[in-house]
Amino acid sequence: MRFSLKIWRQPSAETKGSFAMYQVDDITGDMSFLEMLDVLNEGLIARGEDPVAFDSDCREGICGACGMMISGQAHGPEVTTTCQLHMRSFTDGDTIVIEPWRANAFPVLKDLVVDRSAFDRIIQAGGYITVNTGAAPEAHSVPVPKPNADRAFDAATCIGCGACVAACPNASGMLFMAAKVTHLGELPQGQPERASRVVKMVNQHDHEGFGGCTNIGECAGACPKEIPLDVISQLNNDMRHAMRHQPS
Amino acid sequence: MAVTGAIFVGYVALHMYGNLMAFGGQQTFDTYAHHLRTFGQPMLPYSGLLWVVRLVLVLSLVGHVYAAFKLWSRADSARSTKYAVKKATKATFSSKWMRWGGVALLVFVIWHILQFTTRTVTPGGDSDSPYLRLVNGFSVWWVFLIYVVALFALAMHLRHGIWSACQTLGWTSSVLSARIVNAIAIAIAVIIPLGFVLPPFFILIGVLN
Amino acid sequence: MSDTPQQPAAEPGRAQDGAATASATPAADAAFGPDGPPVHRPGPDGLVDGLYRVGEPIADTAYPGDPIATAWDRAQFESDLVNPANRRKLKVIIVGTGLAGASAGATLGEAGYQVKSFCYQDSPRRAHSIAAQGGINAAKNYKEDGDSVYRLFYDTVKGGDYRSRESNVYRLAEVSANIIDQCVAQGVPFARDYGGLLDNRSFGGVQVSRTFYARGQTGQQLLIGAYQALERQVAAGTVETFTRHEMLELIVVDGKARGIIARDMVTGEIETHLADAVVLASGGYGNVFFLSTNAMGCNVTASWRAYRKGAYFANPCYTQIHPTCIPVSGEHQSKLTLMSESLRNDGRIWVPKRREDVEKDPRDIPEADRDYYLERIYPAFGNLVPRDIASRQAKNMCDEGRGVGPKVGDFRRGVYLDFSDAIARLGLDAVKAKYGNLFDMYARITGEDPYQVPMRIYPAVHYTMGGLWVDYDLQSTIPGMYVIGEANFSDHGANRLGASALMQGLSDGYFVLPNTIRNYLTSGPFEDVADRPEVAEAAEAVRARIEKLLSINGDRSVDSFHRELGHIMWEYCGMERTEEGLTKAISLIRSLRDEFWRNVRVLGENDELNQSLEKAGRVADFLELGELMCIDALHRRESCGGHFRAESQTPEGEALRHDDQFLYVAAWQWGGGVNEPPILHKEDLDYHNIQLKQRSYK
Repeated sequence: MRFSLKIWRQPSAETKGSFAMYQVDDITGDMSFLEMLDVLNEGLIARGEDPVAFDSDCREGICGACGMMISGQAHGPEVTTTCQLHMRSFTDGDTIVIEPWRANAFPVLKDLVVDRSAFDRIIQAGGYITVNTGAAPEAHSVPVPKPNADRAFDAATCIGCGACVAACPNASGMLFMAAKVTHLGELPQGQPERASRVVKMVNQHDHEGFGGCTNIGECAGACPKEIPLDVISQLNNDMRHAMRHQPS
Repeated sequence: MAVTGAIFVGYVALHMYGNLMAFGGQQTFDTYAHHLRTFGQPMLPYSGLLWVVRLVLVLSLVGHVYAAFKLWSRADSARSTKYAVKKATKATFSSKWMRWGGVALLVFVIWHILQFTTRTVTPGGDSDSPYLRLVNGFSVWWVFLIYVVALFALAMHLRHGIWSACQTLGWTSSVLSARIVNAIAIAIAVIIPLGFVLPPFFILIGVLN
Repeated sequence: MSDTPQQPAAEPGRAQDGAATASATPAADAAFGPDGPPVHRPGPDGLVDGLYRVGEPIADTAYPGDPIATAWDRAQFESDLVNPANRRKLKVIIVGTGLAGASAGATLGEAGYQVKSFCYQDSPRRAHSIAAQGGINAAKNYKEDGDSVYRLFYDTVKGGDYRSRESNVYRLAEVSANIIDQCVAQGVPFARDYGGLLDNRSFGGVQVSRTFYARGQTGQQLLIGAYQALERQVAAGTVETFTRHEMLELIVVDGKARGIIARDMVTGEIETHLADAVVLASGGYGNVFFLSTNAMGCNVTASWRAYRKGAYFANPCYTQIHPTCIPVSGEHQSKLTLMSESLRNDGRIWVPKRREDVEKDPRDIPEADRDYYLERIYPAFGNLVPRDIASRQAKNMCDEGRGVGPKVGDFRRGVYLDFSDAIARLGLDAVKAKYGNLFDMYARITGEDPYQVPMRIYPAVHYTMGGLWVDYDLQSTIPGMYVIGEANFSDHGANRLGASALMQGLSDGYFVLPNTIRNYLTSGPFEDVADRPEVAEAAEAVRARIEKLLSINGDRSVDSFHRELGHIMWEYCGMERTEEGLTKAISLIRSLRDEFWRNVRVLGENDELNQSLEKAGRVADFLELGELMCIDALHRRESCGGHFRAESQTPEGEALRHDDQFLYVAAWQWGGGVNEPPILHKEDLDYHNIQLKQRSYK
């Protein structure tokens, strides 16, 4: 297969970027999208041009490092990560537009590489359960009802890739944050900090410059782990509860 | 946003109910309009309740519009470089038109007040009878058209607004509740605009006069 | 493994050659005689086989001694305490944020030390521990099926084919239960039964159910738990994280590890970070094979730099190859993906009997023309033989020219894993319920429907048991440098059991290191070394290396070298190793390394985000490691666990150990230069608690 690629090139965070056009030939349907970019880069290196920078690590859809806007969709046309997107999902001769995640909270570092450390800071604000090593009680001392455990797991599958922010018309990080709030809030171990956690995380989220949530649902549609929109409602519920019972 | 929106939903529902009085004829409708003003007398002065309602509505409007523009500007500053290509996959038509649809509704409300409350602009002719003002106005085809467009905007605004409000209030945190709320939102978004469009429609085709 | 036709330097006869070496599978000609492998002694130049020197034996002096069951308690009691007020003044650097690094960082932070945590990823949460699927073992005995600390200890030592250190493994089994408690308290959503208690499954051919799991994402959930604990310490101010930073050198002053040189991968700045102790938690080196189940960025650089500064590298040849990976589909493949071994429970593995049939649609090949080779060769265990045997036989079939799937280069690498019998027996729905997510994953990657067409699988490098040598305290041969997780060698011997990697990483990070490092830190804070010449020299060495890489400006990309190295390693130091093949590999690697330093093309500059430069530094180190792995594999003239020497096998074709000669850990010391022979130090393995046996799966 043969593709025309329109790729965002930006040498560094401080410089202005622009689109550049490239051609790739001899692409097979079994190649992943990133392998297609590897082929492009090998060609660029051979010609002495700067290869396109992009993040990727595990290439099996779990680490969350990869991610780019592919013809207007976060991670491209399938519900999966960019590394698990294969070229058979495209038609020979397509023109593919490739852009970095666009959000001011995710500044571009180079080409398609963005800085997602804002997510780490949201976790730092409260996305954990306070328990020092060695202080844990016997694991079976607190049973967790299976429905709660299952819902906690579903929310905990978030890989922190940032597709929710990228796809959101408001560039909001709500789904990412709500997944964590729901994961920890469903478990008995997460109850003591439940109210303070949501308040602190939301404050940090807003401080990072993410947009507000208007419940459109693009985030859940783009999420490669299919985290449902109802976690956002859960966050709002916890938030309302926290505001009502806030210690003065 | 959610709370002020809920107030509007309540208001438009009552407003629609009132409008349907038009099918009872001039006397029923005019009496209803009069009663709105004498409601609560003598505890309340003439038009007292109406002013209370107006005050609540104005405050809600200020809150609603302020929050809307705040979200809008936050979204703009959260993504100052736009995508060259962006496809929506899950967004409903109604959610995409929330902002401009809201602006359209705001413009319409101003028009609506000028036409029926302050009687500044009265296409079709003015009258002291609210019923006749109604009939006069909607006998003009373009007034009806403005009204239909506004109702369409209202339907869209209700469809996403009700869902979004429930989501914001944390009432949709399960798959089932989300489905129920969505169904309710669609139902209200159909029923209310339909209730509103009926009297003008029958005026336009000459059944009510 | 993929060929790259455009590569200028074609490696002499790769696939054909591989086929030739391996087709001698029963290896009658090459086999060692009845007296076992010949003992190779140093020649007149002091070199054994012209490759290495033998140094003084090494021993673990940190172990307090048997009885093994109380050793860890005694060790903790005897270890020195550090006054809480002093902890604030003590700096610890941790390289890597996988299970071991993140858990150690969090725990040391909680204790009040000043921790600096480094990772090359953009967030600590992305370390490759995240990709572990199966589960984590712990001797909780919740199933009351006879499990115990001792049984987990026994299984791990046996599974490691008696090449691990008893004392470390026993401690691992002992603290395994604490890990589960800790993780549950952190909110790790392990699978639970309807009563709300934790569920277990049996894993990796073990007869007890001791594996805790979180669907197929156990590694992810455990890592997120450790990551959150780490981020909590960041907020508390005890831990500082340096993401997108790569350690490029170890700073050693007065024989002690005193810091690292790291490159900021965004700005290119070469930074000096000093500390009182350095902990390497930088993972395994499976990417020396280019294609593996490791993440793209996994590398040996941190370990290798430490090796070059005096840390011993133990058992580098011990690699684990996983039999059920999705095969290579084309020449540009960058990565292999693993599928759970549970597929072998119901799937039947076969290849066509005749080479002519390999291109046929498998559904058109009649039963009579299929060779269910595992069932044929191992009637008792059939498709459930251990990982190494299943892997090796798949390779043998493909080397015979009966491999299936697309030709990559000139070779087909794949065997069928067929569920049609299982679907007929259990019904489509039952198979879907049991394996649905794996089938979906396969369908996504290959574009084939595994319910209709048999899946294709092939072995892939998965884990490296070897690593830097450490003592019972997990301290390397450089005082002040500790090594934890996959980066060290200590717990898995020659083969790792399923669901044990996660256990080891967390055991080291949460419970072992924070206790043992005190022994060292209690004599700190150490003197300020900022102005010592060793520090500036280390930074200068890093700069010089980067400049060299950028200035070569040859005409081959870094990836093409990496691919070729991977190919050599896979063919000659992969599932089956021979004297002849390894000797050849060593010379191939040497000439490839030579070409690399003459002909690599690294574009761009240092002071920018430069992914080619990052890769170049890593591949340069892999090119040195690869040679050491081959030397280690060559010197170990026995088969054990994941190390299979064709010359040392039972008449049935199984791994044959030679405990009389090789019951030791091979700890290699840097010879002092790239072309200087390494020095072998042997640590004898004493088995006081477990009796050595030969395994059999017939």
